[in-house]
Amino acid sequence: MADPASLINWSLLALEPPGWGGVLLKGLMNSIVIAIGGYTFGLVLGIGGAVGKLYGGPITRDLMECYTTIVRAVPELVLILLLYYAGTDLLNHLLGLFGFSEVDISGLAAGIFVIGIVQGAYSTEVLRGAIKAVPAGQIEAARAYGMSPTKVMTRITLPAMLPYAIPGLSNLWLIATKDTALLAVVGFSELTLVTRQAAGATKAYLLFFCAAGALYLALTLVSDFVIKIIERRARRGFVEQS
Amino acid sequence: MTGVPLPDTTPPDVTTHAMAILPEDLPTADSFFRPHRIVLILIAAVLVFCIAWFMRWDWIPQYLPKLGHGIIVTLAMLFSTAILGFVLAVPLGLVQVTGPWPLKALAKTFCTIIRGTPLLLQLWLLYYGLGSLFPQFPAIRQSFLWPYLRESWPYGVAALTISFAAYEGEVMRGAFAGVPAGELEAARAYGMSRWTMFRRIWLPRAIHRALPTLNGETVLQLKATPLVATITVIDVYAVISKVRQDTYITYEPLLLLALIYMCLTGILVMAFRYLENRIPTRGA
Repeated sequence: MADPASLINWSLLALEPPGWGGVLLKGLMNSIVIAIGGYTFGLVLGIGGAVGKLYGGPITRDLMECYTTIVRAVPELVLILLLYYAGTDLLNHLLGLFGFSEVDISGLAAGIFVIGIVQGAYSTEVLRGAIKAVPAGQIEAARAYGMSPTKVMTRITLPAMLPYAIPGLSNLWLIATKDTALLAVVGFSELTLVTRQAAGATKAYLLFFCAAGALYLALTLVSDFVIKIIERRARRGFVEQS
Repeated sequence: MTGVPLPDTTPPDVTTHAMAILPEDLPTADSFFRPHRIVLILIAAVLVFCIAWFMRWDWIPQYLPKLGHGIIVTLAMLFSTAILGFVLAVPLGLVQVTGPWPLKALAKTFCTIIRGTPLLLQLWLLYYGLGSLFPQFPAIRQSFLWPYLRESWPYGVAALTISFAAYEGEVMRGAFAGVPAGELEAARAYGMSRWTMFRRIWLPRAIHRALPTLNGETVLQLKATPLVATITVIDVYAVISKVRQDTYITYEPLLLLALIYMCLTGILVMAFRYLENRIPTRGA
């Protein structure tokens, strides 16, 4: 049994059905879709949260603070379980209230929702810091030109804060891709769960977990490459500080 | 030294702060006594009362001893892996700053691989992968380690330690690189040997620089510990999962679990605030 040749059976990774390569790639696709969806949803929540925290009234501010504090203090795994069950239950209750029949919420939508809520709290904090880094004079100048608060936001504050936010936001993207693995615990067939299923079926645990690790690593490295390009573009015109 | 933060140390700092509560986020006592906050606290109190009154909590007494045990396991996981991970992180950070290039490349590759893959996958790779590999070697089966390798917690400790070391290694690299060269030159001018200089100047200064991020990473490590429940370590998360399976109650155990983790995080952060306040800093 300890023969190394029996440990590495490359045909198991073949794309066609006897091999599990296709299943793994499909799991990777699911992970990427959830990461993109959750990240985007989180970014929208984050912009709202950051604006609420900086410019909202006292009650809005405190509610936002509660949101970010809870998400930052409770493990993602626990949040994912809570939101997964509570979110689907709540939606079905609401639908029942309005006289619709219960729907079976797809794992994809629930996963995006859950990752999005978690990412929303993180990006709230990142964006708040970035907006605060925008020189106050620029915002005052925009106001002096008679721009409405929304216009100041979309034309000045958000574009100007972007270079400050990009390092934090790119880290959050990498975290989002890795957080999708937690959905394996609620039974959504993303990369980590299908890997475990494949490994359990074939008993080639090391091979499949290493293969999945390579896929995640490739995703991270490609993301890193793209982030570097975006960062260089966003920081053009900045004086290099040293 | 006024300690101007170098750009090198800021990026992980920002993300850590976004993901983990740091001592500066703790509210002060008098911040609660504002009119709108008193109203909000009253509303929250009513909500908590409703949760306590209308939901089912009769299972708690029965599971209390197990919950206590689970919390101890969680804390043991946190502290053992944070300490072991930090011990590994110091050389990882150091060789990336001064080491010869093969070591530098090795440390960098290690950090990249660990930081680029999910912790859950690493955990399962160690537990299922190595766990299925070990029994095939008679030498391992007969060694004194075998009784431990048949348990699940060593794999949990190993995975959490490795992951913490990789993230901390990056932080320490930035911190080592950020110690001003003048201080190290001064140490050398005093005739300190390399080891004395490292022990007396470089390491303490680097730890001091990295302290806020280290605290944040430790809070993140607490948030990572429930993953070990997926490899049958009975921590507080696993106890709650057991409650949910036994009683078919969905939400109440999870709410209690969230509360437990919030309390643990709060206590941890308060401890860090106490420690940070004890470290003397010269005002700028």
